[in-house]
Amino acid sequence: MPLLEVDSLTVEYWTRRGIIRAVDNVSFALDKGEMLGLVGESGSGKSTLGHSLVRLLPTQGSIVGGHIRIGGKDVVGYSEEEMRSIRGEKIAFVFQDPMTSLNPVKKIGEHLVELIQTHKPNVSREEALRFAEAALDDVGISTERINDYPHQFSGGMRQRIMIALAIALNPDIVIADEPTTALDVIVQAKIMDLLRDLCDAHGMALILITHDISVVLERCKKVIVMYAGNFVECADSVSLHNDPKHPYTQGLLRTVPNIELADQRLESITGSPPDLLDLPSGCRFWPRCPQAMKVCHMKGPSMVELENGCCVRCFLYGGLEQ
Amino acid sequence: METRRIFGMRILPRFTSLTKRGIAGWMVLLGSGIVISIVVMTLIAPWISPHNPSALNVGPIRSPPSPQFPLGTNHLGQDMLSRVLCGGAIMLQVSVLSVLLCLAIGVPIGLISSYVGGAVDKICSLVTDSIYAFPGLVLAITIAAMLGRGAVNMAVSIAVVYIPSYFRIVRSHVLTIKELQYTVAAKAIGAKWYTILFRYILPNVVPSILSVATVNFADATLTAAGLTFVGLGVTKDIPDWGWDLTDGRALLPSGAWWVITFPGIMIILLALGFTLIGEGLSELLNPRLEQ
Repeated sequence: MPLLEVDSLTVEYWTRRGIIRAVDNVSFALDKGEMLGLVGESGSGKSTLGHSLVRLLPTQGSIVGGHIRIGGKDVVGYSEEEMRSIRGEKIAFVFQDPMTSLNPVKKIGEHLVELIQTHKPNVSREEALRFAEAALDDVGISTERINDYPHQFSGGMRQRIMIALAIALNPDIVIADEPTTALDVIVQAKIMDLLRDLCDAHGMALILITHDISVVLERCKKVIVMYAGNFVECADSVSLHNDPKHPYTQGLLRTVPNIELADQRLESITGSPPDLLDLPSGCRFWPRCPQAMKVCHMKGPSMVELENGCCVRCFLYGGLEQ
Repeated sequence: METRRIFGMRILPRFTSLTKRGIAGWMVLLGSGIVISIVVMTLIAPWISPHNPSALNVGPIRSPPSPQFPLGTNHLGQDMLSRVLCGGAIMLQVSVLSVLLCLAIGVPIGLISSYVGGAVDKICSLVTDSIYAFPGLVLAITIAAMLGRGAVNMAVSIAVVYIPSYFRIVRSHVLTIKELQYTVAAKAIGAKWYTILFRYILPNVVPSILSVATVNFADATLTAAGLTFVGLGVTKDIPDWGWDLTDGRALLPSGAWWVITFPGIMIILLALGFTLIGEGLSELLNPRLEQ
């Protein structure tokens, strides 16, 4: 049984302009200790998917269909209190912006102590503090700084603290939603590696949400590419890198600079992602697709499983029969 | 030096270095100086007053300031110096009590209403907004007239007028903080609702509540003076600056300017002191102005 199983999950937002289906009927599974990369442009629904896994969608958003099974239990039907008890302990979340993710009037040690005592009420304060020190040590923050306030730390260090908070209780799953977007490039790589190493060391499964396909290819075994609320390709990172199937994935990879090519012209994907309230007929990608066929205008492709175990949503690889 | 921490803010160094904090620091110092002297004066008044402030005919009526009666006497022959010294007691009690009432009622309602949201929030906002629709002093006078005289009743009627200000400021801050990342992050680590409300939201609202409360002291003082002035405060046997204003206004045409002037100055000084503290503190407590 997989650790996390998402089954035809659909998430909608109610807005003044209408109902937006941000995540449309997606399914995937995650095993213990596995690292999954979730790649997509802004607005592709990757963050919405991440937030819906911990049921922390904004008030306008809600899960309208499908199942999220964590350890075999469907959490979509969980009450708020049941959900609260597993957040932080079974499934943890690292947010995009470390600058605003910590309570400005609370010492960082207190953040950790509170997390520990919330989920383990029998632990004494002293024990919790020792635990907090260990967690800070894990992420490379000096334990002397346990009594400092968030504003006394830099962005990179704050993200380390957020990671310490996420991994402190050894959750089964860590979801990191663009954990390095707000940080500079050198710190980005360090944070990513830290996250991967810690998850490796503690046997936690990691879902890494990012718009940067190169980050994911390097660090995750399995990669899912999202476009306009759909999964368009699921593959292991090696096949995805060497032989991308979907025209969108191919386009994404062409936007990554290659260090071996001296005078490479970086390409971009023309056009912009569709308005989710006004989706094109047929395949959602056809207006931007260089290989679009007539059938793509007419009907949407479904996921096709290829012989190497990868999945792709494109008529180039079959699925035309029906 | 030992550092005292209140709500995670280093309070003591802030005050020891007030003079280095620019004009806001001086405002707080001057304001506290005025308020503290008035409080001390009121506390020791029973021992330093030359006469019983309520005793009639301790001297000739309407006598102008003289060596024997430095601030003169009123139309009942009462010593104005003694009345000025003792007359602040009720006003101070009423302003402290009414601010405490506002804090005790306005803050929790604001917190709960905005955190729960929905119909609760709608109803609370509607009620407080309708209180806002009345002019403050008129509403206070109406309530005081219904409740009758007495310091507690005065405090209650003043509190009713100012609770909506606390409610609004708390509500607007909570609505902002509720959506901030660290509140969502607190949920993501499984924090309970009361932890989020009292450890994440409330401490971040406290600086704004403090600045409203300190500014509010001045308003409460003036409203208390107003209530006594129109005869809805305390009974006439208790010396009060508000009463002296009423008497002094009636005596002005006869040329006895001293009866209204000195209590008036005291009221203005007290309100000024509170305002200086309030405005100065709200500037100092604003974390964005630090450094």
